[in-house]
Amino acid sequence: MRSPAIEVTGLHKSYGANKAVAGVDLHVDEGEILAFLGPNGAGKTTTVEILEGFRSRTAGDVSVLGQDPASAGLDWRERIGIVLQESQPEEYLTVAETVIMWAAYFPAPRPVAEVLELVGLAGHRDQRVGRLSGGQRRRLDLALALVGNPELLFLDEPTTGFDPTARREAWAMIDGLRDLGVTVLLTTHYMDEAQNLADRISVIAAGQIIARGTAADLAEAASLQTRISWNAQEVPLDELPDQLRAAATVFDVAGQPGDSRTSTAEGPTRLAILTDEVTDTVAALLQVAGRLGGKVESLEVQTPTLEDTYLALIGEADRAGGLNR
Amino acid sequence: MSTRGLQQLATQTRFDFVLLWRNPLASFFTVVLPLIFLFVLTALFGNDLVTPAGPKLASRFVPGIIALSVVQASFVNLAIVTVFRRETSILKRVRGTPIRPWVFMGGLVATAYAVIALMAVLMALIGWAVYDVDLVWKTVPSLIVTLIIGGAVFCALGLAFTNLVPNETTGPPFLNLVVLPLYFVSDVYVPATDDTPQAITLIGDIFPIRHLAVALQGSFDPLSDKSIWPVTNWLVMVAWGVAGVLIVTRWFRWTPRG
Repeated sequence: MRSPAIEVTGLHKSYGANKAVAGVDLHVDEGEILAFLGPNGAGKTTTVEILEGFRSRTAGDVSVLGQDPASAGLDWRERIGIVLQESQPEEYLTVAETVIMWAAYFPAPRPVAEVLELVGLAGHRDQRVGRLSGGQRRRLDLALALVGNPELLFLDEPTTGFDPTARREAWAMIDGLRDLGVTVLLTTHYMDEAQNLADRISVIAAGQIIARGTAADLAEAASLQTRISWNAQEVPLDELPDQLRAAATVFDVAGQPGDSRTSTAEGPTRLAILTDEVTDTVAALLQVAGRLGGKVESLEVQTPTLEDTYLALIGEADRAGGLNR
Repeated sequence: MSTRGLQQLATQTRFDFVLLWRNPLASFFTVVLPLIFLFVLTALFGNDLVTPAGPKLASRFVPGIIALSVVQASFVNLAIVTVFRRETSILKRVRGTPIRPWVFMGGLVATAYAVIALMAVLMALIGWAVYDVDLVWKTVPSLIVTLIIGGAVFCALGLAFTNLVPNETTGPPFLNLVVLPLYFVSDVYVPATDDTPQAITLIGDIFPIRHLAVALQGSFDPLSDKSIWPVTNWLVMVAWGVAGVLIVTRWFRWTPRG
């Protein structure tokens, strides 16, 4: 069995009457990538900064790589890497000089050329940091976090401000850390990022963990159903069997609830059914389409995305009054 | 200190020096500005003999401008760089690595000493070659002690002062607001004479810059025998330095204030 890289139980942090973190439990296995999600002000950064040793805690047990960050020494810092949400390396040094300077902080650093290769900056080694693009600077941030050869990496919103190509490249790079055996605690606002990279996800809201598990576990917890939709022109509402008709919702072109006509001046009306019985529903629909002698070219089957799940979970916590502090 | 600590200090100093050199504003204010002041002062006030027996007026300007260089290289530059690093989260990131805080800060202090040494030699040579300033060899040990004390004291005060600066954009104006008026009352531009109002010298005597300037002037005066070991000036500077160190140990911030 793998030992935990991070083990947190009952973590509390209060600022006067304000409870920023109110009983967080967190468990990250060695070599695992855990995505830590939550809205702004939910206690995400506070929790991560306690784990990084930057903040003290009010109560709770925290163990990071077997030590308490509040009292851990420099030997513990040799084993972690940190990419902050916002930081700006010295702009008058070159990329290679910056990495060489940071490598000197660690007792057994990774070779500079290897680190630059790893983050895709090998071709920019002699470029001044001030002349790098936003995405390249973020790669340099990651290079500085990796140069110490860390066992555990804290990545706080590592791809904010990236264009889609740069984001995909960064994902490939972070995914590559798995092969190096690095444990990663990833904080992000991008659900596709969490879905693509994370082994498991923890969602925090109002200082408490409201959901944890794989993306599929979370979808189940949020009890979201698959959405089956098609154009009403192909299979009109009236033609559906009673059971399906009762379950179907009518939408206009803009995706708003609309009237039951098959089309309007703006375009075809769409019909949608939310269900857990995907195969049966699609089969019934195809049967109707066959009877009508046509096809259902416009058929779409959408399983819930992590973003849908996340919004549902946060919405649920909000309705329960948890977010209205 | 361990070998590793020394290696880290050497690397940090190397890059802190490179950073100062490549930053146009920082290198202007620490290296070019003092040179301009020396040329402007001698152009404005001439270079006559102070008394019939000498020395030349420039031998009063040279130590004053060396004092200015010490303050610019240690107090001003160290505070501006540290506030910038604090506000851009560089300090926070460094705090997350295993380098010892004093080794990291040591890079800036060593850089300040390198600039101080460079400027002292440069000013003395320009003074000697261009303005007939006498180089007084018997006071060189005292000069070196003054520069060592001055560098340490003003580095400590620079770090202490970062607590008062809210963000990186207010850093340079804040620092200049403090040092520019003090230069005028501290014998940096124009040495005090018998005609200088007592209030001015009194104000100057409270702060450490005048003590640095006066100690250095003694080292460039071939006729002076009393200022060879300016112990009082050194003690006042050290007292300020101790206050600076206490403030740094108690209140220094590694995380952004903004």
